[in-house]
Amino acid sequence: MSGPDLTDAWCARVKEAAATHRPLHIHGGNSKAFYGRPVAGDALDTREHSGVLDYEPSELFIRARSGTALSEIEQRLDRHRQMLAFEPPRFSPHSTLGGVIASGLSGPRRPFAGAARDAVLGIGLINGKGEALHFGGQVMKNVAGYDLSRLMAGALGTLGLLTDVSLKVLPRPETEYTLKQVCTQQEALLRCAGWTANPLPLSGACWHDGRLYLRLSGTEAGVRHARHQLGDSLLEQDDGWWQRLRDQQLDFFRRDTPLWRLSVPPATPPLAIAGDWLIDWAGGQRWLYSNENAATIRQLTGSVGGQATLFRNAPDSEEVFQPLPAPLFSLQQRLKQAFDPEGILNPGRLYQDL
Amino acid sequence: MNRTRFLAGLGLPAHCILSEEAELRPYECDGLSAYRRLPWLVLIPETIEQVQAILAHCHRLKVPVVARGAGTGLSGGALPLENGVLLSLARFTDILEIDTANRLAQVQPGVRNLAISEAVAGHGLYYAPDPSSQIACSIGGNVAENAGGVHCLKYGLTVNNIAALKVVTMEGELLTIGSHAADSAGYDLLALLTGSEGMLGVIVEVTVRLLPVPEYAQVLLAAFDCAEIAGNAVADIISSGILPAGLEMMDNLAIRAAEDFVHAGYPSDAAAILLCELDGTRAEVDAQLEKVHALLTRAGATEVRTARDQKERQRFWAGRKASFPAVGRLSPDYYCMDGTIPRKHLGRVLATISAWSAEYDLPVANVFHAGDGNLHPLILYDANRPGELERTEAFGSRILELCIEAGGTITGEHGVGMEKIDQMCTQFSNAELEQFHAVKRAFDPDGLLNPGKAIPTLARCAEFGHMHVHGGALPFPELERF
Repeated sequence: MSGPDLTDAWCARVKEAAATHRPLHIHGGNSKAFYGRPVAGDALDTREHSGVLDYEPSELFIRARSGTALSEIEQRLDRHRQMLAFEPPRFSPHSTLGGVIASGLSGPRRPFAGAARDAVLGIGLINGKGEALHFGGQVMKNVAGYDLSRLMAGALGTLGLLTDVSLKVLPRPETEYTLKQVCTQQEALLRCAGWTANPLPLSGACWHDGRLYLRLSGTEAGVRHARHQLGDSLLEQDDGWWQRLRDQQLDFFRRDTPLWRLSVPPATPPLAIAGDWLIDWAGGQRWLYSNENAATIRQLTGSVGGQATLFRNAPDSEEVFQPLPAPLFSLQQRLKQAFDPEGILNPGRLYQDL
Repeated sequence: MNRTRFLAGLGLPAHCILSEEAELRPYECDGLSAYRRLPWLVLIPETIEQVQAILAHCHRLKVPVVARGAGTGLSGGALPLENGVLLSLARFTDILEIDTANRLAQVQPGVRNLAISEAVAGHGLYYAPDPSSQIACSIGGNVAENAGGVHCLKYGLTVNNIAALKVVTMEGELLTIGSHAADSAGYDLLALLTGSEGMLGVIVEVTVRLLPVPEYAQVLLAAFDCAEIAGNAVADIISSGILPAGLEMMDNLAIRAAEDFVHAGYPSDAAAILLCELDGTRAEVDAQLEKVHALLTRAGATEVRTARDQKERQRFWAGRKASFPAVGRLSPDYYCMDGTIPRKHLGRVLATISAWSAEYDLPVANVFHAGDGNLHPLILYDANRPGELERTEAFGSRILELCIEAGGTITGEHGVGMEKIDQMCTQFSNAELEQFHAVKRAFDPDGLLNPGKAIPTLARCAEFGHMHVHGGALPFPELERF
């Protein structure tokens, strides 16, 4: 279902905001309103600019306006047995494509099939001067000009107001099995490091509360065969488990205390921080509820080459994202300037002064 | 700028400096030898500190710098400047660390692409992007150009297979971009730096992601009596839910050239062949082979062969991988194009190229990464015949514009460099080009890194006769253009 094309209206809106120095608070379905720092500005709701513009199953490509509901895109893909392989989380039914890309978040399949940024092929955006621009395209190989489309993934709308996004899509696996093994966190991390170094059709590996969940994807014969290589395990009958992990609907996530997201090299041994852990991405993404102070968590995560984000319920006094070294931060500020000289696009959502 | 005074202020050891004409000559071009220029000075540092000192010195004195890896690039991205330093990273050839548990390799930029896979093979791992030049090209250049290869459909390009970079800015500052974790805080500078053609910083270290070598790989060869039918077969395979590791197409001229050269066992009377490689576990591949075999037959293949053994599989690939040099034997010179198109337009684009081939009186061989739409028409010409290079370039430009018009791009994996800079004016609007320049200024305000490449100035576009194609729609779409 396509609505009107609001690109011109949005260009005018951004130009006016730039001229009057009134920041815009760009949002879609507000399903990730909890994520990032608060933005003070006039609300710009992207949802009226919606619709799938082009979907070619045989080209493994879909292009849609930024305000299109993620659910609509997934339904379209599902009809052709295709999927967004990076499994973007759906924190509410109102998630939009623009929000998916602006947040750059990926789900359980990420270490095996790539992140949101890896799926981005092209982007339409309006920069802070109110100019509508297109970068990338609908083809997988494209090296003309700097890669400004992937740069938008995770920028939280601070570099441009997204108008449309082209994504690579993948065939849905013929079969998926979920296996369950009982083990400690340490043992789970060791097993994951071993299996991911081997050619197995893994598509999920998550540990919580003494249980390691493994997902295998592929042809029926391939998956059945691989199952025996993973040692003793039980077949998990609950096939909605990965969806609840993806959308943070597991009981683990139902708390109103600060939730940390730690991104670390996957084989990193268990971190010595007291708290409740859920390990996803075969060790690469670790969720944590802890009373430990933020500086200690950031310092420990940094010491193993990772970064820590206060994903949900961040106290007002804390930075949400891991602070950057000064030279890197000033480069990011200059980059922000290059797209948004007046600083009117979601200012401060990512970092103060960005 | 006086060369002696410049060097005196730099303090680089003598064996890191080349300044005699005979020493400079080998650096006058990269893999695109049609463009040549003698550099002012070649510097070959040995340490990151020396790279920092060189860039800081050049920054102070406003001397432009062109970085160079193995010099195998095909778009003139490492073409030197007569008033600038050519900075060779050829001495950065160490593999610094192999982290098997996290499947990462930390390497210096001068390490050859294939050397990485060779170094980690004992652990059952490999580095996936495999440009045809992989025995010679270096990883630093791969990152600068976002190099591809024949396995991109399933495994992605360089940008999808690296974790971190160390980069020296034009001011001489050393930055770490990305990390050994899955993602990093702030903007995704790793994506921005990849494919930036040496315009934003000099890469002095790369951490690549490694993949487990698939348990089993097998290839199917299918012959067709019409290229368009082969193109449709590609769509059939992909629509069926199978993601081949490699899916390559060659036309008759390319088939015959490769067959004469390496005796790959190709059917030399076919109008086109498809090579379809499947990889994964043995059980997985066997199940898919059966399915693809049936699909290809149903799609109208005149013959479908599965490689009998790994030796025959290697031979099928040897023909494809040797197709550029094989075509090179047919003609004194050839010009390799690198456009990408949505696959559905393959039949039309090939027919148009073939018509133009007759019009320009220049033969064309087509090799095609069919899985990802990346087309490599090879135009055969003789540079010694007056006017033939110019005719070839004009023909090439038209092919690139045809790719844009079909909804594709002027470069899939070779980069813009010097070669395709004018076609950038067609693919992008002035505002888009100006946005690229603004990004460049955020890194390099004085424009000293690889100036004149990759992104044309608006003045250059005005001179070129700018015809911007927006979203595949030409101005005056009713006019016949090919």
